[in-house]
Amino acid sequence: MNFEIALVWESLPKIVEGMGLTIELLLISLTLGTALSVVLVLMRISGIPALVWPAFLYIYVFRGTPMLVQLFIVYHGLAQFEFVRNSVLWVFLREPFWCAIIAFSLNVAAYTAEILRGGIQGVDRGLHEAGRALGLKPYQRFLHVTAPIAIRLSLPAYGNEIISLLKGTALVSLITMYDITGVARTIVARTFAPYEIFVSAAIVYLCLTWLIQRGVGLAERRFGRYVRR
Amino acid sequence: MTDPARPIILLDRVTKSFGAFQALKGVSLEIARGQKVVVCGPSGSGKSTMIRCINRLEEHNGGRIVVDGIELTASIKDIDAVRREVGMVFQQFNLFPHLTAVENLMLAPRLVRKMPRREARELAMHYLERVHIPEQADKYPSQLSGGQQQRVAIARSLCMKPQIMLFDEPTSALDPEMIKEVLDVMGELAAEGMTMIVVTHEMGFARSVADLVIFMDKGEIVEQGPPATFFANPRNERTKTFLGQILTH
Ligand SMILES: Nc1ncnc2c1ncn2[C@@H]1O[C@H](COP(=O)(O)OP(=O)(O)OP(=O)(O)O)[C@@H](O)[C@H]1O
Ligand SMILES: [Mg+2]
Repeated sequence: MNFEIALVWESLPKIVEGMGLTIELLLISLTLGTALSVVLVLMRISGIPALVWPAFLYIYVFRGTPMLVQLFIVYHGLAQFEFVRNSVLWVFLREPFWCAIIAFSLNVAAYTAEILRGGIQGVDRGLHEAGRALGLKPYQRFLHVTAPIAIRLSLPAYGNEIISLLKGTALVSLITMYDITGVARTIVARTFAPYEIFVSAAIVYLCLTWLIQRGVGLAERRFGRYVRR
Repeated sequence: MTDPARPIILLDRVTKSFGAFQALKGVSLEIARGQKVVVCGPSGSGKSTMIRCINRLEEHNGGRIVVDGIELTASIKDIDAVRREVGMVFQQFNLFPHLTAVENLMLAPRLVRKMPRREARELAMHYLERVHIPEQADKYPSQLSGGQQQRVAIARSLCMKPQIMLFDEPTSALDPEMIKEVLDVMGELAAEGMTMIVVTHEMGFARSVADLVIFMDKGEIVEQGPPATFFANPRNERTKTFLGQILTH
């Protein structure tokens, strides 16, 4: 096998052009998905069956199916419905970009809801009792005691979820989009040099992963000042 | 409201069950304003359950509990009123780990009493001075010793200006050299006239501070009396056995 290191370097600038789309997909679906996850986890822990069960079912479905299948369902599936094509939302839904955002956000929401639930369960029961004994109302205990501690406890798993999502964004190359992987594939089609080009793509992903890990590390330190090390 | 003759805490044949298990089997007790009561008894005898019923961390199933004229019922409004009157200190301190010492003290006054930040901070510093650790104000609980943490917890309760303080084995989780600093603070509080119920096996504290010592076993108050008679002439066999165990060891 001959491996041209020079080709890796030459293709890097092109591939970096696809990085913009990757980052956009990552940030938008992370934001939307995390916002939705907060709603989901509140439903999940509400103790009200009419809220718990839909949230449970949602999480079960989205964690139990591949993200690629979810993406295909949104991308190919929704267009089958007449009422979807006639609705105002069609402006978005016919764009692969928004299909990806929808699928990724829904997926991230399910995982993040479970991560947050784990964090909330990790908060010491004694702290709830101390809050009750001091006369704090349930929502005050949640906002001022449970939530800040749960966020700190959830951060490492959430960091992993961001990295999973970063890797998951590569799926958009299968629905005609030119993210890092999508650009790499077009270059491969021209140059017939899959090793070098995909190594180049891998390097770009690794740089992004490193950035995410740094970011989460900083956040852990910021939210975890109180943890003795 | 403040009829001095009326007991500030009244328990009348209180029962509490966890499923089929009866943790309190009809406990009756009257505590006058300013009285200091020490509760002792073997593990599982219902000491924690009894005091947790007084601020309704547990709901009793039968009998009556009246705190400062407010009967504890299912009505939420009364519960908040009672919790404002009753402070509680736990064996495990239960300080909020993400807040500094002074922030731990400020939280309830700000949220429950709607106190402005500056005023809450002044109040908090005042109580940190009372427990002799104003210099630790800006440390997180994880940076404090056990004894310091427990004193912060006491100060945190005092910030709500309670009429009654409940202590559930406040020194059991402490290293021996830190027990005294916590008991000293509690002694000072007692000297200022606070009504206190203290679950503890520190019999020295009971002797010097308590007006009344209560011995519980199997969900019942088996014996009670002023410390002098309680320790000198326990009448009940179970009390004698128990005292024999903890005083010799
Ligand atoms: N939440 C609960 N669910 C079930 N059983 C409980 C619960 N809380 C207490 N109990 C039971 O009630 C009994 C009395 O418990 P309690 O904690 O009041 O005892 P205690 O006298 O404080 O003992 P210790 O000295 O060990 O703290 C015990 O047998 C305990 O197992
Ligand atoms: Mg106990």
